[in-house]
Parts: sequence; C-alpha cells; structure tokens
Amino acid sequence: MTVSAPTFDARRGVPLLLGLLGLVAIVLCVAFLSITVGARPVTLDTVWAALTAYNPDSTDHRIIWELRLPRTVIGLLVGAALGLAGAVLQGATRNPLADPSILGIHAGAALFVVLGVAILGISQLSIYVWLAFAGAGAAMLIVYAVASLGREGATPIKLALAGAAMTAALQSVISAILLTSPRTLDEVRFWQVGSLAGRNMDIVIQVAPFLAVGIVLALASARLLDGLSMGEDVARALGQRIGLSRAIAGLAAVVLAGASTAAAGPIAFVGLTVPHVARAITGPNYRWILPYSMLLAPILLLGADVLGRVLAPPGEVQVGIVTAFLGAPFFIALVRRRKLASL
Amino acid sequence: MSIAPAPSAAVHAIRGRLATRRRNVTVGLAVALALAFALALYLGDFPVVPLDVLRSLLSPLTGEVNKGVDFIVLNVRVPRAVLAVLTGMSFALSGIIFQTLLRNPLASPDIIGISHGASASAVFCIIVLGLSGLWVSVGAFAGAVLTALAIYGLAWRNGVTAYRVVLIGIGMAAIMGAVMSYLFTRARLFEVQQALAWLIGSLNAANPGDIYPLAMALVVLIPLTIALVRTLDAMQLGDDTATALGARVEFSRLGLILAAVGYAAFATAAVGPVSFVAFVAGPIARRLLNGAGNGFLQAALVGALVMLGSDMVAQHALPSIQLPVGVVTGVFGALFLLWLLIASNRAGRVN
Repeated sequence: MTVSAPTFDARRGVPLLLGLLGLVAIVLCVAFLSITVGARPVTLDTVWAALTAYNPDSTDHRIIWELRLPRTVIGLLVGAALGLAGAVLQGATRNPLADPSILGIHAGAALFVVLGVAILGISQLSIYVWLAFAGAGAAMLIVYAVASLGREGATPIKLALAGAAMTAALQSVISAILLTSPRTLDEVRFWQVGSLAGRNMDIVIQVAPFLAVGIVLALASARLLDGLSMGEDVARALGQRIGLSRAIAGLAAVVLAGASTAAAGPIAFVGLTVPHVARAITGPNYRWILPYSMLLAPILLLGADVLGRVLAPPGEVQVGIVTAFLGAPFFIALVRRRKLASL
Repeated sequence: MSIAPAPSAAVHAIRGRLATRRRNVTVGLAVALALAFALALYLGDFPVVPLDVLRSLLSPLTGEVNKGVDFIVLNVRVPRAVLAVLTGMSFALSGIIFQTLLRNPLASPDIIGISHGASASAVFCIIVLGLSGLWVSVGAFAGAVLTALAIYGLAWRNGVTAYRVVLIGIGMAAIMGAVMSYLFTRARLFEVQQALAWLIGSLNAANPGDIYPLAMALVVLIPLTIALVRTLDAMQLGDDTATALGARVEFSRLGLILAAVGYAAFATAAVGPVSFVAFVAGPIARRLLNGAGNGFLQAALVGALVMLGSDMVAQHALPSIQLPVGVVTGVFGALFLLWLLIASNRAGRVN
C-alpha cells in the first residue's frame, strides 16, 4: 500500500481548496433554506426561536423540529452518501456507468421492501428502513461473492456484470409481485421514487452511524482509488494490493448506498452523475473528486427537495423526480460544454 | 489492407483453433434454438402430438386440413414462437452494437436511455392519453427514435465520442425515468397496473400482425449491420487508428447507431421493453466464444434463445398462470450470465 503521495501542487490546489470552502458555504445556505421554506410559511424569528428556545406547544416550533430539521439532516447525509458511493464505485470499477443501482443495491433494497409489504403487510417507514438495509446488504454480498469466484477475483467488469444480472433478476421478481398484488403496487409506487419527507429523527439516529462509517471509509479510500485509476498493472507494480483496495472501496459503497436507500428510498441519478461533475471540476485525482462529490450531491438533493415543496402546491413533488428533472438537463449541458476526463 | 506479412504456421494454427471454436459455438446455439422452437410448437394446454404439428406445418403444401389443430399450431404457437425469435434477435443485436460501439458492457439500450424513451412515451400514451393496443406500440416506437435522436444530437460536437453518448444517455434515462415515476404517482392505480403490464413486456397477445413490421425492418437492418460490422472491428482500436486504417468512422458510427435504435424500437413496439435480453446476449456470446470473433451472429442466436426459452417458462412453468415473458427474461438471462461468470476461469473481455 505504498503509493507515494504526490506533493501538494499550489497552482491547482489553492483554487480547488477555495472551491471546496465555497461549496461548504452553499451547503449551509441550502440547509438554511430547507429549514425555512415549506408549505407553511414560518418567519425567520420563529425559526430562530424554535432552534434556540423550543416550545413544544407551538405548532410552528413542532414543524421545524419534527419535520423540517430531520428532513434537512437526512437530505445532507443521504446526499453526501450517494455522491461518495457513486464516486467510489466508479473509481473502483473504472466504469462511468457504475452506481448503486447498477450493482444491485437498489434492487435488493426494493425487493425486501416489496416482500415486506406484500407478505407481512408492513406499512411503517421505520420498518422499511431496516428491510431496505438488509436487502441492500444481501444483494451486494451475493454480487461480490459471485464476482469473486473464478480465477481473476472481483474484476471491475465482473462486478458490473454480476450487479446488472442481479438487478435484472430481482427486478423480475419485484415486477411479478407488483403485478399480482395491487395493494403492494399502490404502497410501493410512492416509496420507490425516493423521498426525504416523513422521516423523523429516530430514522436519522438509526442510519447516521452507518453513514458516518461509510463516509470515513470512502474518504480514506481516495489513495487506493488513485492507485487503481492508473490501471491494475501500474498499481500492482507500485506495491498496491488490488483485491484489498477494491474490497475497502466496495464495503464503503455498500454501507453508504444501503443506508441511504434505507433512509430515503432508491434515489437514482445523484450517485451516477455528481461524480462526473466533480471530475469535470477537479480533474482525475480522487483526493479532490471525493470531497467535491460529497458536497455537490447534498446541494443537488436538498436543493431539489426544497424546490419540490414549492413547485406544485398544495402537494409536493418527490425529491427523486425533481432531482432528475433539474439535474439531468444541467448535467447534459455540462457534458456538452466541457471535455470531460475519461475514467 | 494487405500490409501484413505472410502469417506463420503458429498464427495459422491459432486462427484454425478460433475458427473451430466459432463454428462449434454457432452450431451449438443454432441446434439449441431449433430444439427450443420445436418444443414451443409442441407444448401447450391443447395436446398435439408431434406428427400432427408437422402435418399442420406442411398443410399449406399438402392441403391436409385439420381445423382445430391447424388453428392452434399455425395461428397461435407459430406466430408466438416466431415473434419471440425475431424480438430476441433484435434486442440482442441492438445491445451488442451499443456495447461494442461505446466500448462499455453496461451500455445496452436498457441503460443508456433508449428503452426509457420508449417506455416513458408508452406510459404517457396509456395514462395521459388513455390509449391502448397498437397506438401504444406506435408511441413507444416514436419515443425510442426521438430519444435516440436527442442523445445523438446532444452528444454531437465535431463528431460524437463514445463517452459523451454514454453520459448523455444516462441523463436522458434519468429524465425519462422521472417522467414515468411522476406519472405513476399521479395516476389512478388501475392505470398504473396497465402501464406496468406493458412495461414488463409480453408475448401473450402475439398475432401474425405483430410480426410483419418487425420482419420488414429486419430485412433492411440486417444487411446494413453486416455491411458496417467490418468498420466496427477497426473502431475497436480507437477513432484515430480506425481513421488511419481507412474506416469512415463517423459515417459508420451513425449507420450503426441507426441500426441499433431501429432494432430496439421495432422490438419494443412489438412486445414491450422486455428486460435484460439486449444487455445479456452480447456478454454471453462473447464469453462462449472466448475471443473467437466479434459475436454478432452468436449474440443474435443467444437473444432468440433467451426470449424463446423464457417465454416457454412463462407460459408453462406455473399451472394455470401465464406470466409475462419479461418477468422470466430477467431471471433466466441473469442466471445464465452469473453461471458463465462463475464458470469461465479466465478473464472474459466483454468489450
């Protein structure tokens, strides 16, 4: 594991570092908006009072504490998790199309939730969380085990193919269940869009430890991903242990994708595209790509969530839908305008 | 292209081995497909002995008519099996062209937005316009073609690069997926069920009328594909090298993309966006070949086999329940691919 660290290049490093600080500021702004904007207008004074001197008898205070604050925290955590999971998976598999949904993680989570609804008749979000988490973990374990068999071990290409196969198989089972059980379809069609609404602080507390571990693991794997991005042979020649690097990166991605799917449903697009935007800004170095992805993704996710609250009153548009409608055109424009770094 | 020195004996030996392998794989797949086809004509609730199946097939020539059996064989089972074979081949060819062209095994039409365009358009027709039947197919076809045009147009900047097409395809897939999700959360449950049934894809309503548009499209598309595949081998070396070798890169790429979109659009219009056939056929064919050829013909055979086999399972596996074929292709194709991944003991390069 002795890939020598390149020295800090001030000419590139300083602007990138300033950019990172700028993103932190934007994240804070979006979080502020997420607490103050919603269907019910609440004045800034009231928000401040709710955060500093909480009064459980005031409806406004309770909206802030029980609805908007958990929603904001979930948005920040899930956003960061999705951005990192996508970046790590793309780095570890060296495939621009890699993301949690390709590797079967979303399908595994969705299958367990669908089974829970169809067989056990569960309809509480707090139980969905655990079902989704178990499903995501089980799917990823199987995918990784299958990809590791054979002589070469879990090569990126085998991981991607095994993940896609797993996704297809699970989707088929899900489709069969949804076809035969209208009640399940009615319940699940709202969950599978992905949403930050209706999650209380208990869910935040349940998934936060997993997300924290995942985030630390992912950030720690930056050097390994930089090694892998030079190609297997070069990385090996530099003394890197390929299998171990991939396992660490894979574990980080599973924990992040699993916990975020548990908390907010299978949100597509964020994990797939944010790393490409980060890469367009920072260049190919994962020491920069990872923190940028980690900050850009929550801006996109939470920003989309705030917009979804005010787009179509009196109802809300789920965050997964807004993210794609807003993010995709922006992403396409970015791909057209810049010469993107290939993986 | 005759700058190569005379190949040595060793090269001859290797080429011979590869040719043998290619022949064995192709013949094996063709035999399997023929057997599956025969089985498809024989299996069913209405028992027909094999000899009567043959008699029915030959009845236009011999004039021996047996009304009941002829109807079952010629108007129910033959169209269904033929449609399965043709759509399987089309999905497979669409998938392998995209995967080869974009040099990414994940870049099949069901991932880079083409299928999403067809599906979103069909769901829109079902839920918002309240259409059904043929018009949904027309809508799906238009959606696939328009999405592909949009992706190509957006990816064009002095030519298209594979990487840009893939990324813009992801973006389009996300938009189309969001359109579908939005419609699903805003529609009545009954409409959602209808849309879901179409999205899974099925051969349950196959009739001779579904076959003609697809068959006519294939008459045009297959020669076009054969003509352009040679350039594809040069493109594998990268655009610059291919141009240096005399390949008309941009022209061929546009032709191949059109062909791939055509395959996907016609097949989707006929049976719905049946999952995974396009994705899985190429990797399976290439793993079986193990480096002996580009795998187009073999992928087409694999696609037909997956589709036909899945449909038989869907029809006859569970008594009294007819599953839609799309529920089985995912499982069937996935198991096939996973088994190959485990069984192949060397690096199978898929792209």
